[in-house]
Parts: sequence; C-alpha cells; structure tokens
Amino acid sequence: MSLTSSSTRGLSPRSIVIWTVVALVGATCWTVLALSRGEEVSALWILFAALASYAIAYRFYSRFIARRVLEVDDTRATPAERLQNGRDFDITDRRVLFGHHFAAIAGAGPLVGPVLAAQMGYLPGTIWIVVGVILAGAVQDMIVMFFSMRRDGKSLGQMVREEIGVVAGVAALIAVFAIMIIILAVLALVVVNALAESPWGVFSIGLTIPIALFMGFYLRYLRPGRVMEVTAIGVALLLLAIVLGGYVEELGLADTLTLSKETLVLCLVIYGFVASILPVWMLLTPRDYLSTFMKVGVIVLLAFGLILAAPALQHDAISDFATEGTGPVFAGKLFPFVFITIACGALSGFHALISSGTTPKMIAKESHVRMVGYGGMLMESFVAISALIAATVIDPGIYFAMNAPAGATGGAAASAAEFVNGLGFSITPADLEAAAASVEEEIISRTGGAPTLAFGISMIFTEAFGGGLAAFWYHFAIMFEALFILTAVDAGTRVGRFMVQDTLGNIWKRYADVSWRPAAWSASAIVVAAWGYMLWIGVGDPLGGINQLFPLFGIANQLLAAIALTLCVTLLIKHGKAKWAWVPGIGLAWDLVVTMTASWQKVFSDNPAIGYFAQADAAREARDAGELYGAAQTPDDVDQIIYNSTQNGILQAAFAVLVVVVVLGALATCIRALRAGGLPTTETPYTESNVVAPSDFFATAEEKEAVRAWEAENGPLAGSGHR
Amino acid sequence: MTTKELGRVAWSLLRQATGEAKWDDYLARCEREGVRPMTRREFERQRDHEREHLTQGRCC
Repeated sequence: MSLTSSSTRGLSPRSIVIWTVVALVGATCWTVLALSRGEEVSALWILFAALASYAIAYRFYSRFIARRVLEVDDTRATPAERLQNGRDFDITDRRVLFGHHFAAIAGAGPLVGPVLAAQMGYLPGTIWIVVGVILAGAVQDMIVMFFSMRRDGKSLGQMVREEIGVVAGVAALIAVFAIMIIILAVLALVVVNALAESPWGVFSIGLTIPIALFMGFYLRYLRPGRVMEVTAIGVALLLLAIVLGGYVEELGLADTLTLSKETLVLCLVIYGFVASILPVWMLLTPRDYLSTFMKVGVIVLLAFGLILAAPALQHDAISDFATEGTGPVFAGKLFPFVFITIACGALSGFHALISSGTTPKMIAKESHVRMVGYGGMLMESFVAISALIAATVIDPGIYFAMNAPAGATGGAAASAAEFVNGLGFSITPADLEAAAASVEEEIISRTGGAPTLAFGISMIFTEAFGGGLAAFWYHFAIMFEALFILTAVDAGTRVGRFMVQDTLGNIWKRYADVSWRPAAWSASAIVVAAWGYMLWIGVGDPLGGINQLFPLFGIANQLLAAIALTLCVTLLIKHGKAKWAWVPGIGLAWDLVVTMTASWQKVFSDNPAIGYFAQADAAREARDAGELYGAAQTPDDVDQIIYNSTQNGILQAAFAVLVVVVVLGALATCIRALRAGGLPTTETPYTESNVVAPSDFFATAEEKEAVRAWEAENGPLAGSGHR
Repeated sequence: MTTKELGRVAWSLLRQATGEAKWDDYLARCEREGVRPMTRREFERQRDHEREHLTQGRCC
C-alpha cells in the first residue's frame, strides 16, 4: 500500500515564498564569505550559508534522486517488512532510524579533519564540506543504502563481488580491511595525542571504563532494559569524572596519570583487545549509550553555543599555505589535500559500510532512504562545519603552535612562538602561556585536531554560557571526542575480528564460529596487533604521526568512497538507467581525480615534504652523509624516518592499485551492460507492501489519516510509531 | 499538535531509540497471540545474546 503525499504536487505559493527566502539567505551568506577579505567576518555567515544550502539540497536534489533516479517505490515491501525477525530485520520508525544511522556514521572524522584543514583558511574547507556533501557524500550514502535495501541488506563487499566480479570483490574486501586498520590507528593516535602528559584527561577518560562496566552490570543484573535510566546515571557520573579530574593534583594522582604516548599506546591496545572479546553487554553496549548521548548532546549544545556567541573568524579566508603547500600541519597544496583531509563531513567511504548492511535492514519504506541516507549525511556535514568554525575562531598563532609537530615548535612556549612568528603570525610566549593556563593544559604541539577543537569549543562555550569555565569545557570536549573515538575503536576492532573470522572460516570452517573462544581471541589479537603496530609507528614518527599518517588515512577513506560510488554507477547502468549515472558519477569522477592525484603525489612526488619515497631517499642520503634529517634528533630517528616513509609509500600505492582493480572491473561490467541495454542484477523480486508510513520527517495530514486508517484495521505496527 | 501530544510522541521516540519500546512491543504481541510472556530479565538476556552476533560498526 502506498501513500500519495503532498510531495507529488507542485510547490504551493507558500512554499515558493519560503524556499525563495531560504535561497536568498544562502546566497547572501555565500556572497559575504566570497567577498570579505581583510575584515572581521562572523562565523554565523558560514553557519547559515551551510544550513540554507543543506535545506535546498534536501528538499530538491535528494527528492529528485529518490523519485527520478532511484524510483523508490513505497508499494514495494522492504527487507525489514518481508524478513522481520525483531533482531537485525526490524521495521523501525524513520525518525528513530535517522538517529541510529547518524550515531553510527558520525565519529571523530568530521571533527578533526576540518580542524587540520583550517591551515588552508576557512573558505576552502567550508566550500568542500557543503558542496561535497550535497553532490557526493550524501548521494553516496543514500544510493548505497537503496541498493543494499533492494538486496536484503547485503554489505558493500558482497555487492561488489556479486555485481562487478570476484576479482573486484576480493580487491574490495582487502581494501576495506586494510583501510579500516589505518582508520583505527589514526583515530587512536588522535586520542593518544590528546591524552599524553594530561593527567586530567587520562583520569576522566579512564573513568569511562568503570562507568560503562557499572552500567553494563546494572542493565544485566539490577534493572534489565532500563536504558534511559542507566544512561542518565552514566552521564551524571561522566560529568562528575570531568570535575574530579580537575583535582588530580590534590588527589595525589597527577604523577601516576601523567602518561607518555608509548604507555598510552599499550593501554589502548590492551583495551581494544579486551573490549573485543568481552560480552558486548558488559562494555560495548553501555559505552555506546554514553557515546551516543554525548554525541547528540554536545552537537546540539555547540549549535546553540555558536549562535549565542556569534564568534568572529580569526583565520584568513584562504591562507598562503593553500597555494604554496608549505603548511606545518600537513604538507601539500589545497588541491588535492583539502579534499582528502576533510573526508567525513563531505564524503566518507567508511559510511558505505554502515549504509550497506545494518541500516537497510531496518527501513520501513523505500522512500526513507532519502531522510535517513541523505539527511543523515547532511547532519554529519553540519558537525564538520561546526568543527571548522571552532578551529577558525582561534587565534592563528595559537592554532599553529598547537598543530605543528614538536620537531618544529621545540615543544616550549618560547621556541613555539619563534616558530609561529616565522610563519608570519604574531604571537608571544606569554600569549601561549596564557592560553595554556586558561585550559590548565600544555598546548604546544598537541597535534591531531582534538585538542584544538576542544580549545575552540571551550572558547565558544565560555563566551556563550559565561562562568569562566574554560578548563572544564576543554576537558569536557576532550572527553566527548575521546569517548566516541574509543567507541569507534572497540566497535571497529570487533567488526575487524568478524571479518578475519569470516575470511579464515572459508579455509577452516570452525574458525568462523564467533562464539568459539580460540578463534575470537586470536582474530581479535590479529586486528589489534595490526592497528596497534600502525599506531606505534605513528607515535614514534620523528616527523609527527599526524603529519605522516593523516594523509594516508584521508586518501584511504576517499578511496573506499571511490569503490562505493563505482558500485553505484555500475548498478544504475546495469539497471538500464545509464542516463542517471552522472548522479553518483559526479562524486566518483571528482573523488578519483582527487585520490589518484593525492596517491600519485604521495608516492611519486620528488618533494620530500610530500612524497613518501622521496622523503625516505632524502633521509637515506642524509644518513649516508653522516647527517641528521628533518626533525630527527639521533641517527636512529633517521633510520625510523626511512622505515616509516617507505612503509607508508608502499601502503599508499597498494590502496590505489586495489581501487584501480575495482574500477577497471566495473568499467568492463558497465561496457557489457551498455551494449546489452542493462544486465541482470541480484535485486530481490517485487513483493507488495502491507505497511503504511509517512515518507519524510514530518507527516502530512493525508499521511497521518492513512496511518490512522491502516492502524484501525491492522493494529499498531510493532516498533514503528508512525506518527 | 498540543504540548502534551508532542511530549507523548517524543517519549515514544525516545523509548524506541533506546530499545526500551521493544519490551512493550513484545508484551503486546504476546497478548495478541495469547502467549505467556517471559520475564523482563529473560527478554533482555535474549536481546543481549542477539547483539553478541551483530556486526554494527561505528564510523570514523
């Protein structure tokens, strides 16, 4: 049964007026951003330019994709309806599913990427985040979700194997696993950099583990199922942990909790392994409740904070580093490096793993892919815009002192000020010391993005809400970021464990049994060892782990997006819809140009600041001449640079080759499909739907009436709440 | 929509988002089918067991 909503009618005069106003607001904001140079610019121009653009894109472009390109059909039963089992296949209210999907896709990526890209100025990042999400990121998430839904929730890897070919499928499987390892390592590196030498941070984050365990046992033994109740208790305990963290000195714990990066790596590796093998009710599930609540809460708080504080942007619209490529945060020019540094928030391949598999099995009506897939990604983009604003309202001198590697700043206020002044920004050691005192933390060379974001958030919240609580807000933000990075790390380790078990299970069947402990433990150890190794390499990299690994992470994530978008284009052509292949094709073409250019430069550039192999060669020449290289302090450091750069170069080249294999496989399939006017696919046959539900965030009067009539006849739909 | 109705919808969505509504759905289904329901503890244990095998990841 379908609903004929008002979406089938043309725009009413009222709608025309509303959308004209939205368009004018957006155009005005973009004009101000484009023309303002050398004068104070309010961050609200960015915020409203983005919001107006999102609204228009959602209303018009996503509707066009749903109706014309995908031809979503609400008379067709979704897998959730046909295969409903109350577990993975489960009809879910569209608004609830939107929240679940957003919580699953939004992690640290949209927060740290824009912060690092701020070295190019505020404008390149803003344009890429907004345009990228509208034309590429949200399109990818929505179309992948749709095709997975039409295939009973198959994963990205399964669809590539079945729709493109076995070779492409194997390449995609290896790429997904390898990329996931890099992503986990880089995320963990962000946490390590945020917590190193920070007893307050270690105290607060460390306490999240016993708090989550308490919640797990509470739900298991004391009050089963009372999730809201225990989450409220958990959040109260979290806030208490942050406050108590301010007293680590008085509690006599400061020395014990002042941990080096190497110690933190060991702690994280042990944590990742244990979290992966413990029953999920004990740690993962309650931690996820806390993380989701904090994620949504802080994002809402940040949006309000920005509007109340209305801070002015302190960075240039476009910095010299964008054209010269000599930025200290990461090397390389605006093109292609802004587009790979900001992945989540604009276009993220990792989302395709979430959009295929879990979410499509819970969709009530086909039309919901629009609000869940496209709408969910717009929401994440908004998070990225907020992070970009938080970074660019910080004084550039402080920003660069925080984000340049220790090898460049010397790790002290005086040397950092000298370095930053050399970049062309004015800052004194006293300014840096005052900034550090305001948040009660060391701030020099706190790379990774998280401390900078926390600093920006603390400024915004202090301005918006008053109270002189900068240090509290800084640690609150660090806790918020670390909490959901750790959630991503433990959930990612577990997913990686299942992938290893599934793959090796093809050779030794028993190994695939996820409840068989020797397999579970050994597979977890393999995954943790893989990302732990990369993390260790990053932490010990004399040139700075973020500087070296973040480009690898960004390119890897965007290469995964290339695989997902290739699948989308291929499937449209196989379905005989070649005329619409440009819709995911725009994102794919841009993504391939960006990632292949970036990969080429990272592998073949003869500039040692950019090319991994050129860097290794330069370090080798220095060693042979008996000299040190770059920020290396000892000959061993030089050896480490040679080793790391060579390894990173090999990984970079391997990722690009895997993607080329998938794209070439898809090209062959597309040519066959174009010649034949389409090819058979694995889409499940049509089954008529018996469920009624509104199609968008807000139900129309007509939809409400149809739902009421249906429920009067059939009773309430379990788990759906379609009002 | 009145404030009271809005609150009821918000509460219902919150219960669904946290999974607490699954217990309500289960009780309603048992009543419709004339089946004696298991206890809340048994029900939640079963859900924990099912979650053990789900591979929902979290993005970066």
